[in-house]
Amino acid sequence: MEHIHLTPEVDTREHLVVIGNGMAGCRAVEELLARDPARFRVTIFGAEPRVNYNRIMLSPVLAGEKSFDDIVINGTEWYAANGIALIAGDPVAAIDRAAKTVTTRSGLTESYDRLLIATGSDPFIIPVPGKDLPGVIAFRDMDDVDTMLAAADAGGDAVVIGGGLLGLEAAHGLSLRGMKVTVIHLMPTLMERQLDEAAGWLLKQALEARGQTILTGADTAEIVGDGKVEGVKLKDGTLIPASLVVMAVGIRPSTQLAREAGLAVGRGIQVDDHMVTSDPAVLAVGECVEHDGQVYGLVAPLWDMCRSLADGLVEKPSGYRGSVTSTKLKVSGIDVFSAGDFSGGDGCEDIVLRDASRGVYKRVIVRDNRIVGAVLYGDTADGSWYFDLLKKQDDVSDLRDLLIFGQAFASGGGAADPKAAVAALSDDAEICGCNGVTKGQVVSCIAKGAHSLDAVRGTCKASASCGSCTGLVENLLALTLGDDVQSGPKTMCKCTSFGHDDVRREIVAQAMRSIPEVMQKLHWTTPDGCSSCRPALNYYLLCVLPGEYVDDQQSRFVNERMHANIQKDGTYSVVPRMWGGLTSPRELRAIADVVEKYDAPMIKVTGGQRLDIFGIKKEDLPAVWADLNAAGMVSGHAYGKSLRTVKTCVGSEWCRFGTQDSTGLGVKVERMSWGSWMPHKFKIAVSGCPRNCAEATIKDFGIVCVDSGYELHVGGNGGIHVRVTDLICKVATEQEAMDYCAAFIQLYREEARYLERTAPWIERVGVDYVKARIVDDESGREALRARFLFSQSFSQDDPWAQRAEGAEAEHHAPMARFIPQGRAFLEEIGA
Amino acid sequence: MTTAEWLDIGWVDQIPVRGSRTVQVEGGDDIAVFRTAEGKVFALLDRCPHKHGRLSQGIVHGGAVACPLHNWRISLSTGEALGDDKGCTPTVPVKIDGGRVLICRAGTLKAAA
Ligand SMILES: Cc1cc2nc3c(=O)[nH]c(=O)nc-3n(C[C@H](O)[C@H](O)[C@H](O)COP(=O)(O)OP(=O)(O)OC[C@H]3O[C@@H](n4cnc5c(N)ncnc54)[C@H](O)[C@@H]3O)c2cc1C
Ligand code: HEM
Ligand code: SF4
Ligand code: FES
Repeated sequence: MEHIHLTPEVDTREHLVVIGNGMAGCRAVEELLARDPARFRVTIFGAEPRVNYNRIMLSPVLAGEKSFDDIVINGTEWYAANGIALIAGDPVAAIDRAAKTVTTRSGLTESYDRLLIATGSDPFIIPVPGKDLPGVIAFRDMDDVDTMLAAADAGGDAVVIGGGLLGLEAAHGLSLRGMKVTVIHLMPTLMERQLDEAAGWLLKQALEARGQTILTGADTAEIVGDGKVEGVKLKDGTLIPASLVVMAVGIRPSTQLAREAGLAVGRGIQVDDHMVTSDPAVLAVGECVEHDGQVYGLVAPLWDMCRSLADGLVEKPSGYRGSVTSTKLKVSGIDVFSAGDFSGGDGCEDIVLRDASRGVYKRVIVRDNRIVGAVLYGDTADGSWYFDLLKKQDDVSDLRDLLIFGQAFASGGGAADPKAAVAALSDDAEICGCNGVTKGQVVSCIAKGAHSLDAVRGTCKASASCGSCTGLVENLLALTLGDDVQSGPKTMCKCTSFGHDDVRREIVAQAMRSIPEVMQKLHWTTPDGCSSCRPALNYYLLCVLPGEYVDDQQSRFVNERMHANIQKDGTYSVVPRMWGGLTSPRELRAIADVVEKYDAPMIKVTGGQRLDIFGIKKEDLPAVWADLNAAGMVSGHAYGKSLRTVKTCVGSEWCRFGTQDSTGLGVKVERMSWGSWMPHKFKIAVSGCPRNCAEATIKDFGIVCVDSGYELHVGGNGGIHVRVTDLICKVATEQEAMDYCAAFIQLYREEARYLERTAPWIERVGVDYVKARIVDDESGREALRARFLFSQSFSQDDPWAQRAEGAEAEHHAPMARFIPQGRAFLEEIGA
Repeated sequence: MTTAEWLDIGWVDQIPVRGSRTVQVEGGDDIAVFRTAEGKVFALLDRCPHKHGRLSQGIVHGGAVACPLHNWRISLSTGEALGDDKGCTPTVPVKIDGGRVLICRAGTLKAAA
């Protein structure tokens, strides 16, 4: 216990007692001293056995970048010089408001005229078994840092629970100290309160590259160990060994003393604009307070609070009006900044800049010409500028086009016109960083005839790699050519300047593995894409990474997510697969039973030779599937960008004209190809002779049997623009027909654009190209076929069976049911 | 906790990120409850202003949902159709308290009526 007791003999001044020797308590005293040094006699009680230090710098202390002495704000000489009595290491245990005294744990009682409560926060400890084991700690004060340093000296594994600011700073420090660190985070992205998905993803990549293991979406079940912590067990059963567990899942205002003293307490100790509590003699400041419904967990608001508190006490009330906060992560080498509201929404406009080569993501959110939020990753130099504009609510319409490039750019040129800014650049200014192309080179390439973005990309390579300079190149085109600019190839959607082919090529070339990664590396201009690009990216990734890529359900159209076709009234239609159009009494009976049991209002024979049951409710889908599965039927994928049906005719088995077993071949082809995801829907047919009753020549892949073998046709379509197939070759055996079919499907899967049917695809690339790949190039064909079959080995799980067994039940069940008049008015359903 | 003003419908985690769940209202239309990539939660009547598509079945991106029937984009916070389309879906006030999702009782009744 360290007591500095300097009470003069007779001191008739008002006695101010402060509980909490932390950041807010001492700052409040500093503010008071600055206004009127003689006004109060001051006594400070602190639970920690040390002087006032900068808590936020505990992270650099843990990381070994600072020592405790470096982070002391006010040393013993400050207390002495200002006549402040410090009672450290002896927490206040009770407040008696009637007697106006406080009493410490050791029994010391002190009376006050004014009391200031600045007790900060307590770390939140999740109530799992094992939470009290030695070796489980929080990250709040210097003692915690000492515990961590001792554990790090012994080496071994550490688990940090919580991937927020505090947890990541703890993980960083421990990993620099040589521990093997795993971060367990409940949410899908790190620091989700401060960062959007894109920045959270970048952060995760960077931390993983430094050797930390980051588990997102991971829920702690218990902390295990015999007498001391030995590991952490997750709800999914994974056991992670650990000799140290740091809980950094959040903080709670420390309000117990105030509550016991009968002060008004909500989430924090309630104060007015002058930091006065429900008792006029008691004030409160810092993280322990609730002002206007808000509690804070950062230091910036404390400074504002302490100013208002001091103004109020010296009778020049200014009034605290709440704070807007910004966050920076203190992990050296990783720059992250966030401020304000980044949830987007109405009337909000996102301005996004991504520079993959530098690992930069910047997003500024503007509403009504004012900045409302900013998220910066990799380059946070302009964080304070954006934050300043945000706090002042300055009108940024004049800066709008250049805002994202930062303060130097936006206010430097004076010209708010991006074209003028580009015009002002010198000829040797670099436009494209990836390929080192200067403005002079781009202009001369335009002068030599490259009159579109694509032509520029093709000739001098500017904007051909990461695309972040696309805007600059477009401005140069406009500047050089005026109205003669030719519009480029269609971009995938308004979120990117790249077309489908470019995106696909880059996904393969750069071995990208997730949607956020593609969006970052290719400079998406929106934070999480749109309903056009998300399903396309999901498909492209699924196609290149069979068996590895985890399908993103939220990037799928409803039909593919629900495994049924949504109808205009919100019910679904269900089409079970009937292989090659064949069925049996058992299947028909099961279908008839389902129709009756679930009251389906209509059943129809489809053009694809199967039965479509209409009017099934979302909640009933799993039960319907279970019944159909029980009769041996699987999903017909009538809802998917995938193989639909293989239509067959009766063929040689029955028909007098039949040359081959078209029905049997159709069944085999369907068994081979069902369940595969494709750029668009895909239909196959097999006809037993050239009379072609199965209409094979308007299908994506059609087989027409002849006496000497099988004619293979591709690229047909019914629909608005009917297209008859192109004949690519004739083969002699069923096996060859199947092999060519597999190779063709794979070529289409790998090269057509998302939502491009085979007909327009073939019109675009030419049937000769398809023939060259499928017919002429034997080893290429064999490789395509092998890739298709490999990918099929992962995709032929019946999605219905999984759902019928309860997988992803949340897609089907409502979350709750509300019965306005009933007694049990709210029923929680769970799942 | 359910009160006179608020209906407690469950944990935030029960709503998939960039996804949606519904609350059935007896005698009325469902309420769709959305959770965005940034973790914000919104509640709207589960009915598109265009031709009554189930918004809960759409793709959520940014602060909007794309209707599954004809791809109108509906703002999650105001219920207004975005872009050139015109129309509005009633919204229901939502708040999160200790990880629980609470929707406004009066708003629910009004929207679902
Ligand atoms: C590791 C770490 C990193 C951080 N990084 C940042 C950052 O980068 N940026 C940022 O803005 N914020 C950061 N913070 C948050 C910041 O430190 C807090 O917002 C700030 O310290 C709050 O100040 P306070 O005075 O309210 O509470 P504290 O600083 O916690 O002070 C409260 C003091 O009261 C004492 N006390 C409690 N009860 C009693 C009692 N009954 N009797 C006597 N004394 C008592 C406590 O021991 C403590 O010393 C960080 C916090 C931590 C732990
Ligand atoms: C561009 C126009 C078309 C659209 C948008 C379209 C859309 C659809 C949809 C939504 C279904 C599924 C119905 C359900 O199960 O709820 C379907 C099924 C079907 N359509 Fe079309 N269709 C189009 C053109 C065609 C054409 C021109 C043909 C034939 C020449 C055709 C043949 C079929 C067949 C056979 C089925 C049943 C498929 C199966 O059994 O899985 N469609 N179509
Ligand atoms: S296509 Fe030929 S074999 Fe098949 S049913 Fe028609 S006539 Fe018979
Ligand atoms: S019903 Fe929603 S877009 Fe048509």
